[in-house]
This record gives sequence, structure tokens and C-alpha cells, in this order.
Amino acid sequence: MKNGLMTIQERMALERCVMPQLAADVRIRSFDEVNRGLGAHQALMEAKRCLRCRDRGCVAGCPVGVSIPEFITAVASDDLPRAARILRGDNELPAVCGRVCPQETQCEALCVRRIKGDAVAIGYLERYVADWAMSNPDRLLRDPAPTPTGYSVAVVGSGPAGLTAAGELARYGHAVTLFEALHDTGGVLRYGIPEFRLPKEIIDGEVEFLRQQGVVIECNVIIGKTLTVAQLRSQFTAVFIANGAGLPVMLNIPGENLKGVYTANEFLTRVNLMDAGRRDDNPTPVIKRREVAVIGGGNAALDCVRTARRLGAERTMIVYRRSETEMPARIQEIHHAREEGVEFVMLTAPTALLSTGDGWVSGLRCLKMELGLPDASGRRRPEAISGSEFELPAGVVIIAVGTVANPLLTASAPDIPLNKFGNILINSDGATGVPGLFAGGDIVRGGATVILAMGDGKRAAVTINEYLERS
Amino acid sequence: MFEVIRNETIGENLHKMVVSAPRIASARKPGQFVIVRLAPGEERIPLTISDADPVAGTITLFIQAVGASTRKIVGTRVGETIRDVAGPLGNGSRIINWGRVACVGGGVGTAVLYPLVKALAQAGNRITTIIGGRSAPSIILGDELSPLSDSLLITTEDGSLGTKGYVTEPLRDLLADPRRVPQAVFAVGPVPMMKAVAEMTRKQGIETIVSLNPIMIDGTGMCGGCRVQIGSETKFACVDGPEFDGALVDFDGLSDRLTSYRTEEADSCRASECRIGLGKGAP
Ligand SMILES: Cc1cc2nc3c(=O)[nH]c(=O)nc-3n(C[C@H](O)[C@H](O)[C@H](O)COP(=O)(O)OP(=O)(O)OC[C@H]3O[C@@H](n4cnc5c(N)ncnc54)[C@H](O)[C@@H]3O)c2cc1C
Ligand SMILES: Cc1cc2nc3c(=O)[nH]c(=O)nc-3n(C[C@H](O)[C@H](O)[C@H](O)COP(=O)(O)OP(=O)(O)OC[C@H]3O[C@@H](n4cnc5c(N)ncnc54)[C@H](O)[C@@H]3O)c2cc1C
Ligand code: SF4
Ligand code: SF4
Ligand code: FES
Repeated sequence: MKNGLMTIQERMALERCVMPQLAADVRIRSFDEVNRGLGAHQALMEAKRCLRCRDRGCVAGCPVGVSIPEFITAVASDDLPRAARILRGDNELPAVCGRVCPQETQCEALCVRRIKGDAVAIGYLERYVADWAMSNPDRLLRDPAPTPTGYSVAVVGSGPAGLTAAGELARYGHAVTLFEALHDTGGVLRYGIPEFRLPKEIIDGEVEFLRQQGVVIECNVIIGKTLTVAQLRSQFTAVFIANGAGLPVMLNIPGENLKGVYTANEFLTRVNLMDAGRRDDNPTPVIKRREVAVIGGGNAALDCVRTARRLGAERTMIVYRRSETEMPARIQEIHHAREEGVEFVMLTAPTALLSTGDGWVSGLRCLKMELGLPDASGRRRPEAISGSEFELPAGVVIIAVGTVANPLLTASAPDIPLNKFGNILINSDGATGVPGLFAGGDIVRGGATVILAMGDGKRAAVTINEYLERS
Repeated sequence: MFEVIRNETIGENLHKMVVSAPRIASARKPGQFVIVRLAPGEERIPLTISDADPVAGTITLFIQAVGASTRKIVGTRVGETIRDVAGPLGNGSRIINWGRVACVGGGVGTAVLYPLVKALAQAGNRITTIIGGRSAPSIILGDELSPLSDSLLITTEDGSLGTKGYVTEPLRDLLADPRRVPQAVFAVGPVPMMKAVAEMTRKQGIETIVSLNPIMIDGTGMCGGCRVQIGSETKFACVDGPEFDGALVDFDGLSDRLTSYRTEEADSCRASECRIGLGKGAP
């Protein structure tokens, strides 16, 4: 090692950092964030593991093309203001993505260091830089305020797609008003993803940053009800729709309307948005039981089961019809859930929810499954094993099998083009074909990821900007 | 922030509140509701928009203080503000000229019925309005409903006003009288009342529309907490309703789901020292 620079061999010899975490027995008693964040030395050493590859596989794996080697190099040279600036230039919500992106299937999946070991911990470094930036606002390199263009844009929905688009559009100097149906911002980031993965201060910080950039945020405005899309189109030069895909899918099995049966959205909204069960005297209640079963295998299912654990459930189960390898949840969350004592009841499909006759759910009737040939999604299709019926006891059952487009907004604006699932159709740059109307995020894709929603918001902002310049 | 313009006590634990909400006032249709959250940390409470003045930018709510949250809402003074009022939610009522209609309201359900009666009258319907409650102080809106109705009948359980008994009794007479039998019936009130009405009219095949009040959170179709069984289908009352064909509603399921939080509600009621309503069944 000369002049503090490391050779490739020296870099290759460094091992991937281990994220400091709260111990499982401590964290199941609170909603404190599980991952505590890298220390300064850890981050520096992790940054040095990056080989600054010329073909930048990692960048190709990131849906918004974050300049990964560049920002990591800045971390490695201990220049956090520069790292923060690079990151912000590519990603409007780095503190969020560093925490919730499925890195193992995106940026880190394509990191060359994975070939001979572990990928560079890109997500952890992203979070490190973003957290530093949030607590050191006075040291950030800021762009001069843009000149107002005189154009106004309405953004519908304050999830990651809407927040990103709003931020990008404000940077161009357009006057942005963000409308949100709920009483608070963030979309799934706030009402869905629990605080032990994404603390509310992070979302508050990002939203505050947008406000400082001049974005006007109006909550309690339901587009399609309070104001129509037509009204927005007449009051603003362009409209970006990012209302998510918030309609919960039910299983359509007997017993779903029993008391004690929740959708993931209801359960998580009660606890995350309304603080149910977090304080004894909280006005919004949530049902707590000793045994809780969550049906599903995605991030929402894991968030529910780990939330139930923190609300005091002793036996918590994930009931999933495929096997663990097919679970769409982030790997880290699966590990964390297991450490927290969650049981994984795999290859199991519920066929009915049971009751002891008092109106309350008492358990699930299930069938054992085996995996057959791959289906359209490329995952092996689960098939029922006949005669394998069995029962699982549960006082609370949470259905977390996905969400689809909510027709509330689109039903009120019939000229918006939709596919057969009710998702808004757009061309490759985010335009709907209706002049001045753009869309992105889950309302276009169906339930996807935070970073894909953000990518849509970013791309649409570029398109909208071009549209405004032409108009 | 939504300013409280008026707040009057008009009956036992019953308040009429006028709230400034200009956008909602111009967008709302009869049958729709708002979701109110008094302050950060408080519950989201669905309340029907009973009336609106688009010029003044105000909406009128009739609120029965049945639990901790509604009690806090009615405790807001004129000039103070409500943090969140979101709406108008749900579908507007289907208003057509049926000819003769009967509108039946029980307790605070009468407040939900009022905008309906108004719209039905405007559409040229001849209306028999039947309202009922426990006793005289729980009878509301008589003066407003009377000029809109061909006849207004009042029942109280204790006989302190109108006929002694339940709203179903005058309705039974009406259904039995070929000259007065309605083409449609609207019923809003406690679940057992709506169930009884729906059972009476089903026999005669008279279309009956009820307005359901399951527990709600977002009111936008996002949580599914408000789901009700309508015939063979599960519907979300906040977006598919709140009005449904009474002949198809699973009222027992609805009643049962309304008790989901009985223990928790009793706790929060005790915590806020309220001594009202609890255990007496849904309004
Ligand atoms: C529990 C859960 C956990 C998840 N975990 C992860 C994860 O770890 N990593 C990951 O990458 N992805 C995760 N996802 C997926 C990710 O959160 C979504 O793909 C992403 O939030 C979609 O962003 P969006 O901006 O399109 O919509 P949303 O986040 O859904 O935001 C839409 C917003 O629009 C508002 N809105 C809706 N209708 C209207 C209207 N008519 N008028 C005004 N406002 C309206 C909504 O209230 C909401 O605030 C998770 C999803 C869930 C449910
Ligand atoms: C679409 C809709 C419109 C409504 N319109 C009005 C209105 O115009 N005026 C009005 O006073 N109320 C209305 N309600 C009912 C009102 O929302 C409830 O009374 C309120 O949520 C109770 O909250 P609480 O915390 O004060 O009482 P809680 O402590 O939660 O409950 C006290 C008692 O009320 C019952 N209860 C709880 N939630 C409901 C509910 N959603 N419906 C009926 N009973 C309930 C409980 O079983 C308990 O007996 C409406 C409800 C809906 C869904
Ligand atoms: S935004 Fe997500 S995918 Fe892109 S680099 Fe950051 S963590 Fe990786
Ligand atoms: S692929 Fe891995 S090692 Fe190469 S530049 Fe990207 S993060 Fe660094
Ligand atoms: S209240 Fe949440 S879906 Fe109706």
C-alpha cells in the first residue's frame, strides 16, 4: 500500500462488512431499526473493496443507474460531501433505497466481486452516505436555486414515484404541487414498510427536503373525489399520476370476513400510519393474539409477521405455497425474521379460515403443496398434494398476497388508457398519450419496488420537462 | 386544517357541526362521507356529509358521540380546527324518480338519511319519512324533513314523542296499504333496524337501499377493513358503497365485524372517562 492507495490484491483481501444490528431478543420488543448503520471506519474499508471496474456491472443492475463506483470512490477518499452530491444527482431518496432496495437482485447481483466472494455492500454504503448527509445539512454541496419557469405541475400520490418526480421537477424550476389522499406523505414507505426497516424520520427528512425546494404538499386530497383529473389538467400545465397499486387482493376462501382476519394493508396501516398497538392508550386499536399466521411470501408478508412479533405474538408463522427459494421478499428480511423466531411454513396453501363459531378466526385449514414445472413467472408452480390437509391454529390471520391497481382515480377519468388489470398504460417515457398526462410507479407496473417507482418518477420528470419546454 | 364554523348540541350526545372544507363542499353528492382525524395521533372517523354549502365552502356533519374519538370531535369549539378532513368518499346515492318512496331513519342514521330525502324530493319523489329513536331527545331533523316529505312519522321506544315503538311498525302499515305502498325504500340506522326493514320489504320485492357503516380506516379502498358480504360477493363499503341493495346484505356479518374492537374501545373509553353509549349497540 503506497500513499494510502491500495492495490487490487489488497482490496480483494478485504472482507465484506457486517452490518451492526440490534440483537433479536432486544429488537422484538421494540420498533427500533434493526440495522444500525455502518461505522465510519467500516464504511471506509467497505468502500475500498470496490474495484472501480470499467464496465460497471453494478450500475447496470441499478434501475436508476446510480453512479456507484464514483460515489463509493468518494467514500473511499473520505469525501462525503462529494459522495452525497453524486448520490443525490442520481437518486432522490438514497436513505430509503439504501435500506429497502433488493440489492441482492439488483446492483449487488451484478457486482464483479460476487464472482469470487461477496459483492461490495453497495446498499449499506448508500445508506451510510445518505444518513451522513441528513445529519450534516450544512456541509452539503448545494445547487443554486433554479430560475422559476412559470410552469406548474400536479403530482398525484406521495409514494416514491411521486416524491421523486416532484423533486426532479422542482429542480428544473417548475412549480410543483403534490396531492396525497391520506393525512400523511410517503405512500407505502410510511403506511406499509415498518419502522424497524425504515424509520419515519427518514421519510420526514426527505419530504422536508422537498418542501425546502419549494414543492407544495397537500394531504387529504383524493384525486377523483376531492378534485378530478380534469380539474388538475385545467389548473396545471402537466399532471403526473403516481397513485400506487393499493387495492388488496383477497384469497376468496371461506372465512375471510371473520374477525381477526386482516389484509396486510389494513394491519400495517393500523400499526404504521395510526400507531395502533404501539402505545397502550393509542386511539386506533389492533387485534393482538398469541398465534399469528401471515399468508404470503413477499416483503409485505414479512413486514406483517415481524410486526405481529413485536406486538407480542408468541408464535408467528409465514404460510407460503412455494418454497423459501421462491419467496420474493428481500433475503435480509427473511434472515432477520428467522432470527426473530418466525416459523416458515412452506409449501402450504390455505383452503379455508376456521372459526370456533364465535365470529373470531381460530386457524387455517391448509393443503401441502409440491413444486411442479415452472409457470409464466419462471417459478416452479405449486401443486396440491391430495389428502394432505392439516390445520394450523391462529387468532389473527393476515392476508399478504399482493395488491393491484385501485380504480378510484382511473374510474373517474375514463380517457386514461388502462390495461386489463386496470394499470395505466404509458409509452417508454412515461406519457399516457393524453396530452399533459403522465404516469409511473405501481399504478403502471402493479406491485413492484421502490426503486422502480422512483425510476419512473425520474424518467417522467425528464419527459414532462421536455413537454413543458415544447408547450 | 379545517375550521369549525358552528357546533350545536341538538340532542342527547348529538352534535351538528359546520366545518369549513371548500373543495369537499363543491364536490360532494348526497350519500357521500368524509373521514375526519381530529389531531395527530387520533383515529380516522367516517362521518356522512349531511349538507353542504358550496358558496360558503362548508359541510355539515351530524355526529353522535358514541366513543372516545367521536366525543373528542364534538368537543371541538367554534374557531378551533380539525387537522384532517378527507372526502367526499364513497359513491353518491342513485337518485331517480321512483314515484312513491319510504325513507326510514333510526338514531343518527336520520342524519345520513337527510341529504337523501332532500335529493329524492328534488327528483320529484313523494316521500313518507319515518324516523325513530330511543326517546324524544334522540329524534333529530324533524323540522327539516317535514317540508320535504308527504308525511313524516315519528316513533320512540319510550313513547316520549310520536308513536311508541320501532320504525318498522309504521313501515309495516305502509307496506300493507295498496294505495300507499312505496316503489322503493331507503333505510339508514342501526344494523338490526336495517336488517328488519330489508326482511319486511324482501317479501314484497320492493327495492330497498341501505347505507352501511362498517369500521373504516382509509376510506379509499386500500385496506379492505370495511369489507361486507353482498350476496355472493365481498365488497369494500367505502368504494363500492356505502349504499347497497338491502336484499343482498349480510347484516349479521356486518354486526359481528362491528364488534371487532369492543374490548379495545371499552378500554379507550375508560381512559378518556366517557360514560356514554357503550354497550348500547351501534348507532
Ligand atoms: C408492506 C410492503 C413492503 C414493501 N417492501 C419493499 C421493499 O423492501 N423494497 C422495495 O423495493 N419495495 C417494497 N415494496 C414495494 C414498494 O413499496 C412499492 O413498489 C412502491 O412503494 C410503489 O411506489 P409508488 O410511488 O408507485 O406508490 P405508493 O408507494 O403506493 O404511493 C402511492 C401514494 O398515492 C396515494 N394515492 C392513492 N390514490 C390517490 C388518489 N386518488 N389521490 C391522491 N393520492 C392517492 C396513496 O395514498 C399513496 O400515498 C413493499 C410494498 C409493501 C406493501
Ligand atoms: C360511511 C359511514 C358514515 C357514518 N356517518 C356517521 C354520521 O354521519 N354520524 C355519526 O355520528 N356516525 C357516523 N358513522 C359512524 C361513526 O363513524 C362511528 O360512530 C365512529 O367511528 C365511532 O368512533 P368512536 O371512537 O367514537 O367510538 P368507538 O369507541 O370506536 O365505538 C363506540 C361504539 O360505536 C360502535 N361503532 C364503532 N365503529 C362504528 C361504526 N363505524 N359504525 C357504527 N358503530 C360503530 C362500537 O361498536 C361501539 O359500540 C358513520 C360510519 C360510516 C362507516
Ligand atoms: S438505488 Fe438501489 S439498486 Fe440502485 S444502487 Fe442504490 S441500492 Fe442499489
Ligand atoms: S461491480 Fe462491484 S467492484 Fe465493480 S465498480 Fe461496481 S461495486 Fe465496485
Ligand atoms: S376503509 Fe379501507 S378499504 Fe374501505
